[in-house]
Amino acid sequence: MAERRKGNAGKNPGKGAAEPAPVPGRLAVRKTYKLYLGGAFPRSESGRSYPVTSAKGDHLANASLASRKDAREAVVAARKAFDGWSARTAYNRGQILYRVAEVLEGRREQFTAQAVAAQGISRGAAERAVSAAVDRWVYYAGWTDKVAQVLGGSNPVAGPYYNHSAPEPTGVVAVFAPQDAPLLGLTSVVAPVIATGNTAVVVTSEHAPLAAVDLAEVLATSDLPGGVVNLLTGRVGELGPHLAAHADVNALDLTGAGDRAAEFEETAATTLTRVVRPGPESGGGEDAWLDPDPGTSRMTPFLETKTVWHPIGV
Amino acid sequence: MIFEYAPAPESRSVVTLRETYDLFVDGEFTPAKSDEYLTSLNPADETELARVAVAGEADVDRAVAAARRAYDTVWSRMSGAERGKYLFRIARIIQERSRELAVLESMDNGKPIKETRDVDLPLVAAHFFYYAGWADKLRHAGLGPDPRPLGVAAQVIPWNFPLLMLAWKIAPALATGNTVVLKPAETTPLTALVFAEICQEADLPPGVVNILTGAGATGRALVEHPGTDKVAFTGSTEVGRGIARSVAGTDKRLTLELGGKGANIVYDDAAIDQAVEGIVTGIFFNQGHVCCAGSRLLVQESIADELLPRLKDRVAKLRLGDPLDKNTDIGAINSAAQLERIRELTDSGTDEGVERWSPPCELPSAGYWFAPTLLTGVSQAHRVAREEIFGPVLSVLTFRTPQEAVAKANNTPYGLSAGVWTEKGSRMLWTAERLRAGVIWSNTFNKFDPTSPFGGYKESGYGREGGRHGLEAYLG
Repeated sequence: MAERRKGNAGKNPGKGAAEPAPVPGRLAVRKTYKLYLGGAFPRSESGRSYPVTSAKGDHLANASLASRKDAREAVVAARKAFDGWSARTAYNRGQILYRVAEVLEGRREQFTAQAVAAQGISRGAAERAVSAAVDRWVYYAGWTDKVAQVLGGSNPVAGPYYNHSAPEPTGVVAVFAPQDAPLLGLTSVVAPVIATGNTAVVVTSEHAPLAAVDLAEVLATSDLPGGVVNLLTGRVGELGPHLAAHADVNALDLTGAGDRAAEFEETAATTLTRVVRPGPESGGGEDAWLDPDPGTSRMTPFLETKTVWHPIGV
Repeated sequence: MIFEYAPAPESRSVVTLRETYDLFVDGEFTPAKSDEYLTSLNPADETELARVAVAGEADVDRAVAAARRAYDTVWSRMSGAERGKYLFRIARIIQERSRELAVLESMDNGKPIKETRDVDLPLVAAHFFYYAGWADKLRHAGLGPDPRPLGVAAQVIPWNFPLLMLAWKIAPALATGNTVVLKPAETTPLTALVFAEICQEADLPPGVVNILTGAGATGRALVEHPGTDKVAFTGSTEVGRGIARSVAGTDKRLTLELGGKGANIVYDDAAIDQAVEGIVTGIFFNQGHVCCAGSRLLVQESIADELLPRLKDRVAKLRLGDPLDKNTDIGAINSAAQLERIRELTDSGTDEGVERWSPPCELPSAGYWFAPTLLTGVSQAHRVAREEIFGPVLSVLTFRTPQEAVAKANNTPYGLSAGVWTEKGSRMLWTAERLRAGVIWSNTFNKFDPTSPFGGYKESGYGREGGRHGLEAYLG
């Protein structure tokens, strides 16, 4: 495949954080990075992959290069998972999100080392981002059973009616994860989507996708049902137009869509898909996502308000 | 025994129509630079009511500039308490002039006076009262500690509830500190122009509210104007798509209230008489010119044979005719174009093998009229079950199990409203939970209140109007 260049593959086996430091006399087992679709880890149906390099340009690994068909299957998986996930109790969703935090906490060292290598940031900065990512899962775990109380409630209509508004998930959300914030940024955009009962199809950071695939392993071992989060490593330019036009996608988070954001928004208008435009965090690296209390602003765009009326009488 | 009703017409004397209406810009009525006019007709008899200016691009520029000036110099700087007092004033004047407005609304729109008098006008005043009280309490709305207005709002509203839609748009925009340029529908501009007079009477600072009359081109120029910060639109899904496209890539915030194809689900244990009333309210209220109308009746198969004859008996008793007669249930269709659309879609049902029924019903010779119509034997594939008809036409389908009812109800790109009729509370809640629609009326239909959020899922648009949720559309 054209995308899969030999390049400097294997030139610096010791430098990639994805690969443990070589033990003398032992050949390291290199990891194959795949997609995360419907709870499974398939290769791209296209058979393509692309090289991922560190900030210094060293080869780290090959990631699957997701195709348009992979994106379509991701939407199918997300739709299939939606009924079950949205019907779970908010308490149960909170338990599962907290479990994600627990599992991620146990793998802090792996994620930190990888961030240092992949992004070329200092160890301190990497630790800060990983810790914030763990805390972000805890933060949204706590929101699952509060968001309806904060955003919904009883409406005092002028008449004998029970009248109640409650937020509900909008459905399948296609998320363009931040390009330069591969773990904390990714967590910050994905956790609020699923905390509220939506399911997600995520296009990960194009040049730094490895944290996302490692996170997929965390998600897969955290009781998160398959299909709730689907991760596509690949190109915004290739997958984006298809996801933006997809009639079974209910919302788009364009945070990582870069200069294609306006075009995708325009495409999404045809099906009146909800759209979140790139915000002030876009382009700011992991540090732009450090606010420990991001509030409800990343949850409300993916919620619908349902209002139920019933007469009161005997 | 059927009583004959004597006519009970409401007097037109409370309305003083001007021959020509200008645009309302910067606190004054000023002639359109475009020098174009349109004529607003009474759809009940096709008489001309008034000539109304058509705003062109230069007029839109002028209005947006006035709104910006008012925003920068007065309105955004004013305390919430003072803004609220202006809204309270407006609400009071609406109450004082409600009879005049109700009659004028009936004349311009064709809807029955009993609805403008008992539904539209009380709700219009209530919306201004409700949002007036929010103006100085925005910090308590749960939208952050320091919510800020967006700026100038471009608002385009439809002809089905001309004054009510104006209230839904203007009241929350003003309460949150935004200024507005509003375009009413081309066939129903008159009450908006009286509202402009009310703004003058309330001494509202010039430029805070600007009313531009005109048709589609005026609306387009307004929503695409680079000087606005927010677009709010109520109308067809098709136009909504175009607006969403036009604001893509800009910083403008957008809310859309679009079409619907509401399902009204009647279970076999429903209180039949109430259900029949609710079905009638659901589809024949406002001649069916309601985006949240219950236009698809889903009856449980086991009671269809009992319910349908009772529904037909009830529909046969609806009185169609002069909108200004206080006994009238069904008024005129708003325009010749709308009547043609209703005819075309309803005929498509007949062509596709659907059975069509209307009560014996004499239609007036002048004006635009359509008899209340039931379509039975409808399947989900028929156009009349899929497309919004926006008229007094009910499509009847059946179902066997609750699961089937929910699946059929949700089988639409729309998601604005739905109804559920059952005497069993747990079944009602089970169904309401599964319906993908923004408003669920259980054992009632077409109820509205300013404290109650309204808006759709899916292609019925985005955002909510009414209630605390309605503030979010106007705050950043």
